[in-house]
Amino acid sequence: MSPAGETLLEVRDLVKHFPIRSGLLNRSHDSVRAVDDVDLSIAAGETLGLVGESGSGKSTLCRAVLQLVEPTSGSVRFEGRELVGLGRRQLRPLRREMQMIFQDPQASLNPRRRVGQIVGGPIKLHGLASGAELRRQVEGLLDRVGLSPEHYDRFPHEFSGGQRQRIGIARAIALKPKLIVADEPVSALDVSIQAQIVNLLDDLQDEFGLSYLFVAHDIGVVRHISDRIAVMHDGKIVEAGSADQVCEHPRDEYTKKLLAAVPIPDPRESRARRERAAAAG
Amino acid sequence: MSARDPLLAVRDLAVSFNTEEGAVRAVDGVSLELGAGEVLAVVGESGSGKSVTAMTLMGLTRGPNAAISGTAGFEDTELVAASDAELRAIRGNRMAMIFQDPMSSLDPVYRVADQIVEQIQAHRDVGAAEARERAIELLDAVGIPDAEKRADSYPHEFSGGMRQRAMIAMALSLEPSLLIADEPTTALDVTVQAQIIELLRDLNRRRDLSILLITHDIGVVAEIADRVAVMYAGRIVEYGTLDEIFYDPQHPYTWGLLASLTRIDRPRPQRLPQIPGMPPSLLAPPQGCHFRPRCAHAFDRCLEVPALEPRRADAPAHLDRCWLEPARRRELREADARDALEQPR
Repeated sequence: MSPAGETLLEVRDLVKHFPIRSGLLNRSHDSVRAVDDVDLSIAAGETLGLVGESGSGKSTLCRAVLQLVEPTSGSVRFEGRELVGLGRRQLRPLRREMQMIFQDPQASLNPRRRVGQIVGGPIKLHGLASGAELRRQVEGLLDRVGLSPEHYDRFPHEFSGGQRQRIGIARAIALKPKLIVADEPVSALDVSIQAQIVNLLDDLQDEFGLSYLFVAHDIGVVRHISDRIAVMHDGKIVEAGSADQVCEHPRDEYTKKLLAAVPIPDPRESRARRERAAAAG
Repeated sequence: MSARDPLLAVRDLAVSFNTEEGAVRAVDGVSLELGAGEVLAVVGESGSGKSVTAMTLMGLTRGPNAAISGTAGFEDTELVAASDAELRAIRGNRMAMIFQDPMSSLDPVYRVADQIVEQIQAHRDVGAAEARERAIELLDAVGIPDAEKRADSYPHEFSGGMRQRAMIAMALSLEPSLLIADEPTTALDVTVQAQIIELLRDLNRRRDLSILLITHDIGVVAEIADRVAVMYAGRIVEYGTLDEIFYDPQHPYTWGLLASLTRIDRPRPQRLPQIPGMPPSLLAPPQGCHFRPRCAHAFDRCLEVPALEPRRADAPAHLDRCWLEPARRRELREADARDALEQPR
């Protein structure tokens, strides 16, 4: 199941440093290399999973790809067009093509807006529809993500975590983007709800030919959803390859250590693994 | 204590909280037993009542809005009826608790060793020097490198994993027979989580520490538990040994939950099996079995609450709350797995 799409996103030598400032004059005397010379690419219709522990730079990389933080150096090409260095105004039409889903829909949905306004916001902002047509489109989106059109006038706090994530997804697909960057989209959800959201993302990909940059610390979920996986550590991509290859035949030492630490929900397998580890010293 | 006597025996524990919207029955008739030296995992999703169960055992849910009934025998004390003073004497002493967030136990303005010393001296008649020596031993035993020096650090100078270790050291400082661990690894990175699981396993084996592990993480359960209680919407729906729960799940919720897990050591299935719907509100739970509205196999009888009991002669210690004919369950579970490949979103 390798999508033979053309390259949608191409990241080369991407660097994002954050200066560490201190002292009376607030001078910068050092910097955190949050993203340190990263290369990656995503084909149309493909899912690239990005795994790594906290502080590895996953979230900063996502934001630098979307130009939500300005990269220190390097290149981000979207459909061949360079994004680094573009101004707000120049980026605006491109933002339609690239959307983001966040871990905590509670924090990313305005609590004082109704669901209809939240989901329809991007459509209205880009002047694509208004009035009855806007409402019709939003109701269609709500239905598509497994909510009901009657939810249009409700507020985010009236929903469960899983439903709020559906609202976030409806907003993200409202402009029919080509790329969705999903930063830990299921980490805050219960297991039985996680599966629903993962399947929804899978279905939307098939339906709209979406590409995902899917970030999660849960490597099991990433393996399930991704065609390829990149492993990030200390700002660098230490290994990248097909999902099966990275999970079954990791080459990098850090990847090996990371995979060995993931609990396996299968007691016999986890006992066998402990015995192998003990035998290997 | 004889091997057959459980260290902890909970019977029909019920906890409800009065809220503005009505009574929330967070725990609804929980019974469980923890043998000496055993690890019992109570696994469930948010709102299943697993944490409220644990906190009630520690006396931490008491208050004017809480109604608590049932019994919980721990060693020679009945915890539900015990006075606050009796509980204070037990807590931290014979029964200790660790949490997801170590900063809920560690005081940010005291040095780590001083907090452990204070705890030891509150319950034991020992001098400061001896208590400090004991604190350093404990920090060393839980894997804090250079414990003698690090003992005088403040909690914020520790990493997340080190704080978790420090909290465990503090919990162990009075040699409790029971450790209640509420999502002890949830906030940790996976490599640190593996270390903490290893530490808990080691403490269980070497010190014969009994552990009541509260978690939503089924992978963690598989790594450490001897027995498992699966909770759903305030009730235990299935209870058995680790292998019984994983390889012969009897309740449709358990088998649905296990099927929906992703694994790093298996290629992706076409589709991730999912349980439809969401857990009920405990303000107005469904009549009968609480899983009934999400269950593909529910029938008339499910309007009555099934008891948590053994249902097969060959598995007398494997309990569940389900009316389905035990002989048919394997077949239904396998059919569910096949259907999962074609289910709608």
